[in-house]
Amino acid sequence: MPNVQIEPPHSDLPREKFEQLSSYIDSLDTARGALIEILHKAQDLFGYLPRDVQLFVARKIGIPAAEVFGVVTFYSYFTTSPKGKHTISVCMGTACFVKGSDEIFQAFKEKLNINSQETTKDGLFTLNNVRCIGACGLAPVVMVDEKVYGKVTLEDVEHIINTYRKEDSI
Amino acid sequence: MTKENMIHIHINHIPLEVREDITILEAAHKAGVKIPTLCHLDLHDLKLANKVASCRVCTVELIGKNSLVPACVTKVSEGMVIHTNSIRAIKTRRMAIELLLSNHPNECFTCPKNLECELQSLAKELGVREIKWIGERKKFEKDLSSDAIVKDPNKCIMCRRCETMCNEVQTCGILSAIGRGFKAFVGPAFDIPMAESSCTYCGQCVSVCPTAALTEVNHTDKVWEALADPNKHVVVQTAPAIRVAIGELFGIDPGTIATGKMVTALKRMHFDAVFDTDFGADLTIMEEATEFIHRMEHGGTLPMLTSCCPAWVKFIEHQFPELLDVPSTCRSPHIMFGTIVKTYYAQKYNLDPKNIVVVSVMPCIAKKAEAKRPELTKDYNTDVDIVITTRELGAMIKEAGIDFKSLPDSEFDHPLGETTGASVIFGTTGGVIEAAMRTAYEWITGEELKEVEFTQLRGMEGIREATIKIKDQNVRIGIAHGLGNARIILEKIRDGKSPYDAIEIMACPGGCIGGGGQPFHHGNDVIVKKRQQALYEEDRNKKIRKSHENAEVLKLYKEFLGQPYGEKAHRLLHTHYEKKDRI
Amino acid sequence: MKIDSIHTLEKLKEKSFKKVYLRNPNEAIYDDQKDILVCGGTGCIASDSNQLIKNLNLILKARGYDHKVNIIKTGCFGFCEQGPIVKIQPDNIFYVKVVPKDAKDIIDQHIIGGHQVERLLYKNPTNEERIHKHKDIPFYKKQLRIALRNCGRVNPEDIYEYVAFSGYEALGKALAKSPEEVIDLIKKSGLRGRGGGGFPTGLKWQLTRESEGDIKYIICNADEGDPGAFMDRSILEGDPHSIIEAMIIGGYAIGANHGIIYIRAEYPLAVERLNISIKQARELGLLGENIFNSNFNFEINIKYGAGAFVCGEETALINSVEGRRGEPSNKPPYPAQEGYWSRPTCVNNVETFANIPPIILNGPDWFSSIGTKESKGTKVFALAGKINNIGLVEVPMGTTLREIIYDVGGGIHKGHKFKAVQTGGPSGGVITEKDLDTPIDYEHLAEIGSMMGSGGMIVMDETNCMVNISKFYMEFIMDESCGRCTPCRVGTKRMHEYLQKITNGEATMENLDNLEQLAYMIKDGSLCGLGQTAPNPILSTLKYFSDEYISHIKDKVCPTKECKELSTPKNREVQI
Ligand SMILES: Cc1cc2nc3c(=O)[nH]c(=O)nc-3n(C[C@H](O)[C@H](O)[C@H](O)COP(=O)(O)O)c2cc1C
Ligand code: SF4
Ligand code: SF4
Ligand code: SF4
Ligand code: SF4
Ligand code: SF4
Ligand code: SF4
Ligand code: SF4
Ligand code: SF4
Ligand code: FES
Ligand code: FES
Ligand code: FES
Repeated sequence: MPNVQIEPPHSDLPREKFEQLSSYIDSLDTARGALIEILHKAQDLFGYLPRDVQLFVARKIGIPAAEVFGVVTFYSYFTTSPKGKHTISVCMGTACFVKGSDEIFQAFKEKLNINSQETTKDGLFTLNNVRCIGACGLAPVVMVDEKVYGKVTLEDVEHIINTYRKEDSI
Repeated sequence: MTKENMIHIHINHIPLEVREDITILEAAHKAGVKIPTLCHLDLHDLKLANKVASCRVCTVELIGKNSLVPACVTKVSEGMVIHTNSIRAIKTRRMAIELLLSNHPNECFTCPKNLECELQSLAKELGVREIKWIGERKKFEKDLSSDAIVKDPNKCIMCRRCETMCNEVQTCGILSAIGRGFKAFVGPAFDIPMAESSCTYCGQCVSVCPTAALTEVNHTDKVWEALADPNKHVVVQTAPAIRVAIGELFGIDPGTIATGKMVTALKRMHFDAVFDTDFGADLTIMEEATEFIHRMEHGGTLPMLTSCCPAWVKFIEHQFPELLDVPSTCRSPHIMFGTIVKTYYAQKYNLDPKNIVVVSVMPCIAKKAEAKRPELTKDYNTDVDIVITTRELGAMIKEAGIDFKSLPDSEFDHPLGETTGASVIFGTTGGVIEAAMRTAYEWITGEELKEVEFTQLRGMEGIREATIKIKDQNVRIGIAHGLGNARIILEKIRDGKSPYDAIEIMACPGGCIGGGGQPFHHGNDVIVKKRQQALYEEDRNKKIRKSHENAEVLKLYKEFLGQPYGEKAHRLLHTHYEKKDRI
Repeated sequence: MKIDSIHTLEKLKEKSFKKVYLRNPNEAIYDDQKDILVCGGTGCIASDSNQLIKNLNLILKARGYDHKVNIIKTGCFGFCEQGPIVKIQPDNIFYVKVVPKDAKDIIDQHIIGGHQVERLLYKNPTNEERIHKHKDIPFYKKQLRIALRNCGRVNPEDIYEYVAFSGYEALGKALAKSPEEVIDLIKKSGLRGRGGGGFPTGLKWQLTRESEGDIKYIICNADEGDPGAFMDRSILEGDPHSIIEAMIIGGYAIGANHGIIYIRAEYPLAVERLNISIKQARELGLLGENIFNSNFNFEINIKYGAGAFVCGEETALINSVEGRRGEPSNKPPYPAQEGYWSRPTCVNNVETFANIPPIILNGPDWFSSIGTKESKGTKVFALAGKINNIGLVEVPMGTTLREIIYDVGGGIHKGHKFKAVQTGGPSGGVITEKDLDTPIDYEHLAEIGSMMGSGGMIVMDETNCMVNISKFYMEFIMDESCGRCTPCRVGTKRMHEYLQKITNGEATMENLDNLEQLAYMIKDGSLCGLGQTAPNPILSTLKYFSDEYISHIKDKVCPTKECKELSTPKNREVQI
């Protein structure tokens, strides 16, 4: 990968993260075909993929920004808005669905007063619905950040939310 | 093709022997069977092949296969039995159109593409009488941000022709599909307005879009208003490429020269003066050839690139900002012409430039935006006030109730109406450089050029090169049309590997004859070739075929401009470029 | 150390054997050593098996037993519903639903005291009896584990354990043959792709080998997008080396020196284990240059998905691996002709690969003796939904659905009534009571209007509304449509709208008729498998449960009351 010097954009985003991203890209054998890996890395670093980051990636690897944006908006894993402190993912895969996960999801929406893909006003929670996280044996499944809750009931919903609320107020 | 490569198939019970490397669509064509298409586009000469097979309007039934197959991309194979008109194929095709229409603002009356729209004509051809599957429709804001292109994603059918054109042929990378599924649409990065993108406004996406999702900004009303204003002196100029294309809008065969009828029509629309941009083109050659010789003799930057195509200028500003000293500083012909009208002509006829309206009729969408560039508008009110395309002029002629086909011929007005064969060929790829060479040759050698046609510079290859011997010098010339080809040349220049002294670049495949504002060719690229032949024919018919022999141009220098490339010419006829962001 | 011949591999196997001899059913050397196998699959980790392992270690140390007992974190046992699972070897005792605080009893009562912990034994749902031996549990009785052979048996992060169970022997054997011989062997075995299509694997390898080009690629499709199926994940987590070994063999057979694993970003544990395994294989010279001194070079890269179901489709997958939008392209050309960077490319599914080493080791005749006439070997199914034994099961092809649901799966949850089972995921169809005795293989499933798919098997009982289920699938497909072609982009949206109307009680019979017509045309007209199979759930529920549709439309009643709008009295009044 030829070392292309691209100045990080003047933005509120931390400069050192751009530098980290830049050296990650430089460390690849080739940037050809590596866009998705690079975006994964960028999202790990920044938490999301704001416009400046996408532009930086485009310029650094020499492809059109439209192409980067086209890819970012194709894959549901990539997000262009910042996420809350905790991400609550309710599994809406088939196994979970037939075990009533839509009601669980509904309960989260009501209790948090947000819709799917949205973040609460206090910035604490982002709510997502995902398609099977491979723990179907425990359906219905809810994942908060990396932690998996299995066989979730409607009563558990309040409890799960409170666990993170409490943890946060300490 | 040897006998072994021929295979046998049946289309609608017709036995056929065809080459093994063609598609069902091509085979059907040979059998006189028409299969409708929508997304498919294969412009051999212009090197555009859109093979996304996304619309599914061309589906046909293949015996022995479960689902239907798209004829546009499926290759034939030995023993294939194809039914293009079985009830199953017909119904599925119609379904595709109905589904598209179910997500479409069906407002053909008021649509810029009315009666020119491929979706509309397919709906008729396929006998769509009702839209059974109604449901939610996507709603988008129209993008009216730019001076050149209107983007209306509500009318987009995701054929992806524009993407292929912009990314693969033009390599501009402005357009991409965004999102996925029902919500997907086509647009620039971050869904920004076109005006904020690095779009060159070459308009090639517009020329291939089958619907009205991409169209030019319409300026015809402004022209009507100017014409109706008694205080305005309205001057019109027409580019070389218009005369060989405008007839198509009135059912005249492609490749017919309609200069005389066009001038008559303009006069009947009551323009105060009808001029030829060719005059500006001759002026451009005077300046460009002088600049070239100057650069050769004074160790200036070589190669020198032509600069009469604003899309190409914008391309280099966004994509190769480090090379901005390479293009000639000459303004484009119609802008030069506008300047002369607002200065020399105004003085001569005692007109206040503020009351002159210059209308350019161009094959080009980029020129709409060019005319609004700040450095070209700051001094003289505006140099060119309104730019309309060939298509818009056609529409105006129809609105004016002029029966174009039956018009008599007339001549351009003077003093700015004399033109040469050199300026006419500006409209095709290779023409500008050929015109420049006719002049440069005589100036450098001091001898008369007998054989004015540099056939080695002609053709449709994307990149061409030739060496022209002028005195003891070999001038190495490169030609590129289509911005993808321009990129190849620019990369060579950037890497110091370009062998050329002078390069002509045109953004549109084919040059202005294939411009984004020309009548739609609807996938028939032969039309573009015919326009080219017509331009060369017009050149041959001209008495004067070299720019520096244009008497009115020479008089202009004598009375007003002074020396070519001199101080005044510099101020009025040249420009500068600036580095622009790339998004 | 590098393995450069079958001979060094054998020596390494002997040396490694003492690591695993307690777990080998053929060995009768019992001493006071014990292995405690704890499931480290995603399901069990979710129910705290990591903490359990920590506790076990602490207590062992405290009791001074740590030199006698090994704790091995394995991959998924398949019995996830009962997780976390603990198995004690060589005693062959199987504990279920073990929580961290049970560690004390396991060590004190079982390991030290020699008594089984009765309350942790599996309870047969039909007669409430505790079952002691692993092999007696009905869930495992009818299973035959080939692809899952090492899941729940080895520590997936230890290449030596894999080698001890004959790992990489098949590679050694294959490299001693010509590529054509390897292909022949796979062809003879009758192995067919487990990713859904059921295309003969040997033939695919042959076609890729015969395609022109000096650079070729082999890709492992680990995208596993079918919600409710998790067999590929379990194999990657539980036995990653088997995939690596098979990919090297495949690469050798088709003439590829480069392999790519395309894996879902949602599978971090599988990714981690693959990375460890690749590193280990490289260290032993099993990846890299001149493998087994055969002049054959092979490298493997991992590429990540980013949340798009359609990227499981092979042409979309290739676009995605190239870093683009994962839109499928029209076939032909097939990947075997023109794939990754336009080179001949062979795409195989994880489970397909998992079958390769055993076939090479035991011979094609052994493999083809299992299964039915057209479908050989076994198939892994992910049993989920309203069934007692949720989990992964591997059974010979030809096992009936009834056997899987009632014998292996332990019957319907909470004594409810069986209504239907969906196979083939969102692309498949429902199967009802009357077809339960169908022996499962590619052909039979297609005959009864469903398909094998990747092996998801969702069981539904009488409380599940079939209209609602097909709406659920349609929503999934609509969300996952890439948007390239008209029938799927707009058509799936329209189908979903119709289903919405029906479950809201706003539809007419004419709407239903239109829906059915549209469904057939979308099947015919779509570009890729996603659109071509999208209408299947509608068509199959319409075939078997048309009365339920009609009840929603004509009577404005949802018989199961699952559809909220149609279960309240208000709506019923409208009807009267
Ligand atoms: C919409 C769609 C999704 C698919 N998803 C997967 C998948 O997740 N995993 C997989 O192995 N194959 C999937 N396939 C099948 C692949 O296209 C391909 O046939 C398979 O990977 C070939 O491997 P095999 O021959 O070993 O089965 C999918 C196909 C379609 C049409
Ligand atoms: S784009 Fe075509 S079909 Fe659509 S409104 Fe305009 S003319 Fe009609
Ligand atoms: S074509 Fe039909 S809809 Fe259109 S204006 Fe004429 S009558 Fe009206
Ligand atoms: S006008 Fe040219 S550069 Fe702009 S989007 Fe269209 S094709 Fe691309
Ligand atoms: S904008 Fe036009 S050319 Fe582009 S995809 Fe839409 S309909 Fe096709
Ligand atoms: S460059 Fe094109 S638009 Fe400009 S004057 Fe020449 S032919 Fe006309
Ligand atoms: S080639 Fe001609 S028509 Fe095309 S953008 Fe350039 S000047 Fe305009
Ligand atoms: S069928 Fe659906 S997923 Fe497949 S190409 Fe068409 S729109 Fe994309
Ligand atoms: S009757 Fe109600 S619960 Fe049953 S399928 Fe229909 S909408 Fe769903
Ligand atoms: S369906 Fe929810 S974890 Fe698989
Ligand atoms: S023309 Fe063939 S699919 Fe669109
Ligand atoms: S994850 Fe432990 S048994 Fe499946």
